Amino acid sequence: MAEQMKVIYERPKSWANKVTHYCPGCTHGVAHRLIAELVDEMGLMDKTIGVWPVGCSVLGYDYFNFDSVEAAHGRAPAMATGIKVTNPDNFVFAYQGDGDLASIGMAEIVHAAARGWPITVIFINNGNYGMTGGQMAPTTLLGQKTTTSPLGRTPQTNGFPIRVAEMLAQLDGPAYIARVSLDSPVNIRKAKSAMRKAFNAQVRGIGFSLVECLSTCPTNWRLTPVESMERVRKEVMPYFPLGEFKVVEGVL
Amino acid sequence: MSNKVLMKGAEALAEGAIQAGCRYYFGYPITPQNETPEYMSRRLPEVGGRFVQAESEVASINMVYGAACTGVRTMTSSSSPGISLMQEGISYISGSNVPCVVMNAMRGGPGLGNIAPAQGDYFQAVKGGGNGDYRRIVLAPSSIQEGVDLFVDAFELADKYRMVVMVIIDGLIGQMMEPVEFKTKVDVSTLKTPEWATVGRHGRDHANIITSLTLDAPGLEQWNLKLQAKYAQVELTESRIEEYQMDDADYAIIAYGTMARIAKTTVRIARAKGIKLGLLRPITVWPFPRKQIQAYVGKLKGTLTVELAYRQLFEDVQLTLCDKMPLGWYGRGGGIVPGPQEILTAFEEQFGKGR
Repeated sequence: MAEQMKVIYERPKSWANKVTHYCPGCTHGVAHRLIAELVDEMGLMDKTIGVWPVGCSVLGYDYFNFDSVEAAHGRAPAMATGIKVTNPDNFVFAYQGDGDLASIGMAEIVHAAARGWPITVIFINNGNYGMTGGQMAPTTLLGQKTTTSPLGRTPQTNGFPIRVAEMLAQLDGPAYIARVSLDSPVNIRKAKSAMRKAFNAQVRGIGFSLVECLSTCPTNWRLTPVESMERVRKEVMPYFPLGEFKVVEGVL
Repeated sequence: MSNKVLMKGAEALAEGAIQAGCRYYFGYPITPQNETPEYMSRRLPEVGGRFVQAESEVASINMVYGAACTGVRTMTSSSSPGISLMQEGISYISGSNVPCVVMNAMRGGPGLGNIAPAQGDYFQAVKGGGNGDYRRIVLAPSSIQEGVDLFVDAFELADKYRMVVMVIIDGLIGQMMEPVEFKTKVDVSTLKTPEWATVGRHGRDHANIITSLTLDAPGLEQWNLKLQAKYAQVELTESRIEEYQMDDADYAIIAYGTMARIAKTTVRIARAKGIKLGLLRPITVWPFPRKQIQAYVGKLKGTLTVELAYRQLFEDVQLTLCDKMPLGWYGRGGGIVPGPQEILTAFEEQFGKGR
């Protein structure tokens, strides 16, 4: 008797059939995959416009089958705002790294969150500027060595890391703010659930949403992929705790 | 019956943009053009548009960039220091081949300067400002009515060539009141969403991607060559000039915008004194009306370039006329606007009594 074949895992339809340029052990690919799965599951591909940042994910638009634009460094929330204003029924998300969002683009993200208009931001926090070779980022931990903090980050010389999710959650504008981690299967499942809420906050017209994803950068951290995941758990999570920092009524 | 209304320049130009089909305006306060965003904030919602006060000029131009990617008629306005902050965005928009309009009410500089009328942003507007090899069409009205009329052209040129079109005025045009008539009303329902726009696929068989990034050098060179071909076409067909009392002129003043308007009075005073003076007024300062000015080689004894800046317009005149005739120059900066007699005195100092 022929066995009944059932598809239990496949390439998302909104994922372009391409090999990414990301380093082994980098979690950009995981975040991308979650976006593609959710766009498929929520039936959004025909109305999605992605806004891509400057950084390692600058070519992110190559990996998806929906419309995309490429922003200047830090300006993705402003560009996403311009798109959403002209096309309020479309699904508009910005994808940003920590240098892009928390340093050069801090004004744009704070005001996008304060306006509270329904756009979604996926924020990748890997604690350094990956594409330019591992310089110190606003999220670099105290003591962490980077190419521009060669002796380790100190408050006296470099100031303190910025907890973006907690900071934006203080504003009245956002509908949903969470921090997740992409280090393990269980946390990736939780990340997808948070991203679904964030997408929903926009689809249901409730308001601005942002999911900060603790991510890895094995190449610049000088660690193996496995060591990188362990570092996220041991060193990064204590400073950047996971959780939902803002969930307004109606977000689910 | 006349349909003229008395309006302040900065408001009339805003209405002109709306009549030209602009429905999305993004801006940040700066003097002397605040009446433009203020007007837009109350008027755009009445016509089904949206006004957004951005957190900075950097955000304004990037919101315009986003809106422009969806193929709508969109604009921002600012004044000199704010326009400086927009240069990155203008470069990206140019490199991405999307259309928009930017208005600059030029004020005294450099730096914070002052808020008085000036033309010191000529190089920035015409020659560059942002990074890379790009051009934008630059329109320079010399009256409120002309500005209103040019806004229709500005949006049409932007859409036609998928370029940034700048409209440069100064505080004088922005702040004075004049009778103005809105002759053209664009029906936005007739404007089609371009096929390249990122508005969601909605059944389209491919994804649209708008980017200014091309990592491989041969690819970026090809992209640049496409842009250059477009700019060459614009230079060939879109330059405009007003030739005032030039039929029998021995000499010409070359000036644009507010300065040209004042120079028209100089021409009239000079002619009353028997000096055959005319005015060549570039309406597009890019593309510069080179051919139209070169047509006067052999006919003129000299030109006097007059500007509210220090030898910026003059450089284009030099490039246009080289050593074909004596080239005089007169300019004031810092927000000082010379009167007609002052210009005539400068002319007489440089060209004698013009006989």
